[in-house]
Amino acid sequence: MSDSVMVVGGGIAGIQASLDLAEMGIKVHLIERKPGIGGHMAQLDKTFPTNDCAICILAPKMADCFGHPNINVMTYSEVKSLDGEAGDFNVVVTKKARYVKEDECTGCGECVEKCPTRIPDEFNMGLSNRKAIYLYYLQSVPRIMTIDRNNCLKLTRNRCGICQQVCDKDAIDYEQQDQDIQLNVGAVIVATGFDLVDALPLQRYGYSKIQNVVTSLEYERLSCASGPTGGHLERPSDHKVAKRLAFIQCVGSRDTRRSRYCSSVCCMHSTKEAILASEHEQGTQSFIFYTDLRAAGKGFQGYIKRARDEYGVTYIRGRIGEINENWNGDPVVWYEDTENDEVKRMTVDLAILAPSLTPVRGSTELAKLLKIQLDEHGFFKTDPYLCAETTRRGVFACGYCRDPMDIPESVTSASGAAAGAASIVLGQLVH
Amino acid sequence: MNDLRIGVFVCHCGANIGRVVNVPEVTEYASGLEDVVCASDNLYTCSDAGLREIKESIKEHNLNRVVVASCTPRTHEPLFRTTCEEAGLNKFLFEFVNIRDQCSWVHAQEPEKATEKAKDLVRMGVAKSRLLEPMEDIEIDVLPVAMVIGGGIAGMSAALSLADMGISSYLVEREPQLGGMLNKLYALYPSHIKAEEFINPVKEAVLSNPKIEVMTSAQIKDIHGFIGSYDVEVQQDDTVKSLKVGAIVVATGSKVHIPEGQYGYNGENVITQLELEQKLGEVDMRREASDMRQESPVSSLKSVVMIQCVGARSEERQYCSRICCTVAVKNSVLLKEVNPSAQVFVLFRDIQTYTSSFEDYYFAARDRGVVFIRYSKDRPPEITDSIVRVYDELLGVQLGIPYDLLVLSTPLVSHDDAKELATMLKVPLDENGFFLEAHVKLRPVDFATDGIYLAGCAHWPAHVGEVVSQAQAAASRAAIPLLNGSVRAEPIIANVNEELCIGCELCESLCPFKAIQMEMTETGRKARVITASCKGCGACGAACPQRAISMQHFTNAQIEAQIDASLITGA
Repeated sequence: MSDSVMVVGGGIAGIQASLDLAEMGIKVHLIERKPGIGGHMAQLDKTFPTNDCAICILAPKMADCFGHPNINVMTYSEVKSLDGEAGDFNVVVTKKARYVKEDECTGCGECVEKCPTRIPDEFNMGLSNRKAIYLYYLQSVPRIMTIDRNNCLKLTRNRCGICQQVCDKDAIDYEQQDQDIQLNVGAVIVATGFDLVDALPLQRYGYSKIQNVVTSLEYERLSCASGPTGGHLERPSDHKVAKRLAFIQCVGSRDTRRSRYCSSVCCMHSTKEAILASEHEQGTQSFIFYTDLRAAGKGFQGYIKRARDEYGVTYIRGRIGEINENWNGDPVVWYEDTENDEVKRMTVDLAILAPSLTPVRGSTELAKLLKIQLDEHGFFKTDPYLCAETTRRGVFACGYCRDPMDIPESVTSASGAAAGAASIVLGQLVH
Repeated sequence: MNDLRIGVFVCHCGANIGRVVNVPEVTEYASGLEDVVCASDNLYTCSDAGLREIKESIKEHNLNRVVVASCTPRTHEPLFRTTCEEAGLNKFLFEFVNIRDQCSWVHAQEPEKATEKAKDLVRMGVAKSRLLEPMEDIEIDVLPVAMVIGGGIAGMSAALSLADMGISSYLVEREPQLGGMLNKLYALYPSHIKAEEFINPVKEAVLSNPKIEVMTSAQIKDIHGFIGSYDVEVQQDDTVKSLKVGAIVVATGSKVHIPEGQYGYNGENVITQLELEQKLGEVDMRREASDMRQESPVSSLKSVVMIQCVGARSEERQYCSRICCTVAVKNSVLLKEVNPSAQVFVLFRDIQTYTSSFEDYYFAARDRGVVFIRYSKDRPPEITDSIVRVYDELLGVQLGIPYDLLVLSTPLVSHDDAKELATMLKVPLDENGFFLEAHVKLRPVDFATDGIYLAGCAHWPAHVGEVVSQAQAAASRAAIPLLNGSVRAEPIIANVNEELCIGCELCESLCPFKAIQMEMTETGRKARVITASCKGCGACGAACPQRAISMQHFTNAQIEAQIDASLITGA
């Protein structure tokens, strides 16, 4: 019988579940496949409806998590196998080699400065570059460098090796190997979150062809002070500050061709993004093209009203037909204004697509590995009323990987999953 | 006061501060202040690197005071305090200066003046830090018993979740039976499981659980105390019991708004969705009783019209009640099942069928022939002679729909006595009368008051699945102090100098937490502080005519030092 829990996924849901369990006195192994925890919330500029700075409210939780004596944070790691049953699971976790000694690296960044290789930065959604040796993002926890084995000259072609030469602490180790680590846990909580839908639904609206058509997550990076443009809404083609914005909802969502379901957070996040644009630049005009305006949470209707009344946001009901580009790189949006029964076009500086949010890449494989079922949309299946437990006893799911949900709901579901996991590990089940 | 060694750390906070305030200039200024032995700036002081720098500086420069000038204590004060502690410095020798919310954010258009103000604020922070004293947290015992107020699905789920973690609880319900709103429902979406079939096993599980003491026909009369030992008076029939618990979960639910005076509401053929549930329930009952000679009220309807957002998303009540669209979809499908030839229309503004399952549910209703008509807030439907006249926004035509039954989807609203309970618990309500959580994003089931938690429709309208999720979450949050057996509280509390106290009782009359009370001592009536209840609000300290009360960590001397520092002009 094990007294510890494994949490798979280090976004806000995984972090909350880990903290609750740790505070109860239960040991947690938090497994995160990226080089740092924080998930997508760390990429956001602000969060609705409070307009709190995302990293400001997330960072204390990340620091708590990393510093907690009961939490073993394993970044750059993935679950390889799981056997056993509730109360006694045997897990193998592969800790990928970073080629950096975790105990020595101080995150000083000397190596990054000297590295000659440039690769698109995933955290910044490809809008800027990082090096082959890199810190996942500015506030990343832990603050340890990672070498991208697929793009490092030393590791692929045995050339360069500059980072090792400049490292003061002798923290670079090209000989490092992936390690398989065995864990014995009583319960598992899956908190793997979401990814943006694949390219096809986006390309229908000119994404990747028209430079000034971006996704909402790219927009968040542009808007963010720590992003590639220092928080200036400079559009990709000519770095002109975008003052006329079109937000296109339901790109791939509520769409029989791709995701039939509603991604649930986009009406609100697009509203937030429009509000932020107005705060960055006086006189910004935003147009949000929606199907049903979904704002059913606490304070959400008031937020929409403020967007309309105070921040120059216009809501137009209608799906977009297509987006073209004019000679100036301006997106030209063709839409049906369903309330006025007209087909119109609008030229804007920047078009922001709200893509369908899907279960994270690799969910199918993870489900097979954990022997849990997915529902028809690919989310980890749980009882619609009792929520936290998956189809396998002792394995719980929380956050977006279970069902489209916003941050408060993710935090709630994470605490709920922690209660479920705790009940197994504390061994006090009555029934 | 000898050998003060103060370290000042000024934060750019990305560009939040750095874009307005000249942080290097402020840092330079700070390094020139008396007793400051080191000053540095950081892009994000809260990051791993920033915290490491603070710890290293404490060791390197032998600091005995730390001042961080950055965002707000609300976000990072605990973090920086813990950082100081980890470096061996008492955490109350740390002072937080807010140069973001109180400077860069509000003076964003005046960077030079903002920079000067930031210097003033830092100088004031340094002045206070000179007078800080080391203190220790207060340890409070926690009774390992919870009380759950409300015996609906939220309360029952919370109690069961707590029991599963080995924690006992009282479940207090004012009705004679458990079940709450679910006792009045017919079927639950999206599976259409009968509400009774769903709720009965839950009730049985609660009643048979040795860790849950169920008290029905019981009302909360009064609540005193603080986390770890709340004294609750519960009246059950004629007896009043005094119970002591360590934590409380509020799961008191909500009620359906009755739309008196709207759309001809009469409770007969113009009804609420809840009343429709009851009618649908009667169909089953008649079927079971083989009483099909009498036509059931819903089996013979020809035309049913539902109107969404009645008394919601309006001037009267701004919010969207979240569940009514899905309720309407459910009831329209159930109506079609019972009466396939009936025409069912749903007049909506925006259909709120979100998450992964409800969109398909909405599709299914349309496939069944339910007609959804979009209307606008500016052109609401009108009723004349049993005909609903509505402008269909999408077709662009005015429609007239005769109806046998008009169903109004009204919002869930807070209970009339929510305010009374909120006052007893000393927790806030939002502008709609729903209980207000500690933080809308990251602490959705906690209250700002320690030891009290929240779940279900008392918080906000929610579906059954969401309610259960919240209840389990509240149980998890409550389990933390209950399993640990103790909590630590900040020693930022009032301190009475009994030599100066004249026993005037002004402080006792002002305290919102009942945390300061008069006691007879050898030297006469004196004010005494109940340390575990005191929240350090300062009302007593400000009011005391003898200046006998000082707030720890915000002493009169410290505040006076800050005021003096603020009046110095120039460097």
